[in-house]
Amino acid sequence: MKLTSNFFEIFAIPVAWQVDSSQLQSKYLKLQQEFHPDRYASSGDTEKRLAVQTASLINQAYDTLKSPLKRAQYLLELKQIDASQDSHITSDGAFLMEQIELREALSDVRDSADPFAALDSLRNGVESSYIEQQNQFQAQYQESDFDHAFNTVAKMQFSTKLLDEIEQLEAELEDL
Amino acid sequence: MALLQISEPGQSPQPHQRRHAVGIDLGTTNSLVATVRSGMAEVLADEQGRDLLPSVVHYVAEGVSCVGYEAAEHNVADPLNTLASVKRLMGRGVADIKTFGSQLPYEFADDKGGMPKIKTAAGLVSPIQVSAEILRKLAGRAEIAFDSELDGAVITVPAYFDEAQRQATKDAATLAGIKVLRLLNEPTAAAIAYGLDEAQKDGGAKETKGQDRTVAIYDLGGGTFDISILRLSKGVFEVLATGGDSALGGDDFDHAIADWLRQQIGMDDDLNPIEQRILLETAKSAKEELTDSAEVALEVLDWQGILTRELMHSLIDGLIAKTMRACKKSLRDAGVAQDQIDDVILVGGSTRTPRVGEKVAELFGTQPLCSLDPDQVVAMGAALQAEVLVGNKSGDDMLLLDVIPLSLGIETMGGLIEKIIHRNTTIPVAKAQEFTTFKDGQTAMAIHVLQGERELASDCRSLARFELRGIPPMVAGAAKIRVSYQVDADGLLSVTARELTSNVESRIEVKPSYGLGEEEITNMLQDSFSHARDDMQARALREQQVEADRMIEDLLAAIYKDGEALLDAEERQCLKVAIQELRELRESTTEHRLLARQIESVAKASEEFAARRMDASIKTALAGQTLDEIEKG
Repeated sequence: MKLTSNFFEIFAIPVAWQVDSSQLQSKYLKLQQEFHPDRYASSGDTEKRLAVQTASLINQAYDTLKSPLKRAQYLLELKQIDASQDSHITSDGAFLMEQIELREALSDVRDSADPFAALDSLRNGVESSYIEQQNQFQAQYQESDFDHAFNTVAKMQFSTKLLDEIEQLEAELEDL
Repeated sequence: MALLQISEPGQSPQPHQRRHAVGIDLGTTNSLVATVRSGMAEVLADEQGRDLLPSVVHYVAEGVSCVGYEAAEHNVADPLNTLASVKRLMGRGVADIKTFGSQLPYEFADDKGGMPKIKTAAGLVSPIQVSAEILRKLAGRAEIAFDSELDGAVITVPAYFDEAQRQATKDAATLAGIKVLRLLNEPTAAAIAYGLDEAQKDGGAKETKGQDRTVAIYDLGGGTFDISILRLSKGVFEVLATGGDSALGGDDFDHAIADWLRQQIGMDDDLNPIEQRILLETAKSAKEELTDSAEVALEVLDWQGILTRELMHSLIDGLIAKTMRACKKSLRDAGVAQDQIDDVILVGGSTRTPRVGEKVAELFGTQPLCSLDPDQVVAMGAALQAEVLVGNKSGDDMLLLDVIPLSLGIETMGGLIEKIIHRNTTIPVAKAQEFTTFKDGQTAMAIHVLQGERELASDCRSLARFELRGIPPMVAGAAKIRVSYQVDADGLLSVTARELTSNVESRIEVKPSYGLGEEEITNMLQDSFSHARDDMQARALREQQVEADRMIEDLLAAIYKDGEALLDAEERQCLKVAIQELRELRESTTEHRLLARQIESVAKASEEFAARRMDASIKTALAGQTLDEIEKG
């Protein structure tokens, strides 16, 4: 089964970095209303299978476009650039130094006087640089500066990973 | 709009016929069956007017002696042959059972590393068989009520059930001869029963814009705890996150109290099954009495004493706290703050313990909804959904988008797990990942499918193992092996592995190692039909004939509608020939396997056409609507 639509076409929106998330959600729900396998619960097997595939595709498209990181990776993928691997390392030395410092800060959180406050300030910092990276990506993508855009995606990966770890640590601390 | 099934005017296959569908809540302690009558969901009672069916089956040497209330009466006298709470064993392995097996009085037999079987007077019995007996009994209730066969059922499962547990539940239904329309998460069913979709729409009408509602469903049953966070938006139920513990429930309250009793009496923990039952039943009734009274006087095994509500709280607070932690975790997964929850629903008999309601209200800062019987809510919601799925009611205003409760992954070098589909991803979903060989000339690759959140493969649940063979010899790293995971709307997984340079493929429908094999089910089915092998054959043939008819009709309608636009003359001709061949075989053959093969080959031949139609219909689904219309929904 091969579909010709790219993820943006599925939602009938332009291929661009900017995505109106509430519009995307409305269209997503509208499509699922039509193609979800539950709509075909009493249909034949072929049709059921098709519905599963279509709904899967719609889910994947939505999942990709609603996440800034995945959307950026996908935009590059459409330009035949594979930015989806975890292993890309940015060559920006200052950025890497900063990452090492952030990680050290994260591992010190447990021992700090107010770990939740420490986590919050760490998170605010990472979130604002994540947003900055997204703006950078947007500019680079619009200027077709894909080499730099690729590098920026690597940085975005660092940020999302760090945010995940912050969440995880917060969960562990709350469970204590 | 449908993908293939399009009834043109005058071609409509049959006049509308009302079908009989039920919702079944297959519970740890009790099970229920409900249906929709005159638009209202109602629980179907037995001849004595009892709504519940205790999830208990009693075995004697000749086989099943009774199911339900009657079976429960054998609890004390014949505990080893009175199987209760088997839902806890569904899809579990021997190792799982060792961790809580001491709480169940049964003797287990290891079944080749698969699901353990229970030793009974009737021989070895699998938890799936026990569940099938309960389902059969409930279906029987429904058939008496309808005076007709059942067309299908929605069966509920805890949202937290993993792949193996869902598959085991579906296998039990197959064994009971019930067509499963959908496995539905219990908390989602509860939200449907409360009509929160309607409430949300009404609210939307009063205000200028339809507002989203975020709902938490706290479901504490006998043996399982679930917390789900749903978002209701324009008639769509979206499960944002689910969590819980599939081995924590009101039974654990009973066990905690029973354990306290045992210590008071001064017995060691090596109780015989009868003593264990007696303590448990005393504990259970004490717990229930403490719902209304501040203390209860107890007399058990020559011991007398008093249990106060405070003391009970100290025994169960730890267990409730465990549920609170799971709630917080799910809120975090959903990205929702405690005060953003609009409604909280209490489900499950164990929420009758007032302490639970207090703690829940405290956590979410809102009084939980509990106007419907917490034991019946789930079955009622399932019945409403069954009514839609079976086609009696237009489902235009309701849709359930479920998420997968636990990540699915694959074992990689060094015994690690690489996640392919992450927890809380909306289903159905398909994801693929590429791997390569690590040795020169490697011609096979072992694929180990896992489910769980831990880093090490050995800490996750093993779902299936299979091998991709026939990879052409290449240098290490040259082969490209694409492993695809497809999860359907019931949360059931199938896995395909394909070597891309040579197109060698291997595929497996994941029958988790704890479930029953296809053959095992067929054997059991045949046993249960008492040598009615011919019946089975005839039934299989009928099913394939129906499928063939439907396929012919669907395809003809599709060609009629889109054939000109999407197919060239040659392609149209090919399809028509394939359809004609299928039609001829359908009339002439009595061999269901042959017909099934032909159906499969027509399906393959029409796949490209189907894909083009799907593509076209996605494009038109959103076209012709202004942005405004889409936003208004």
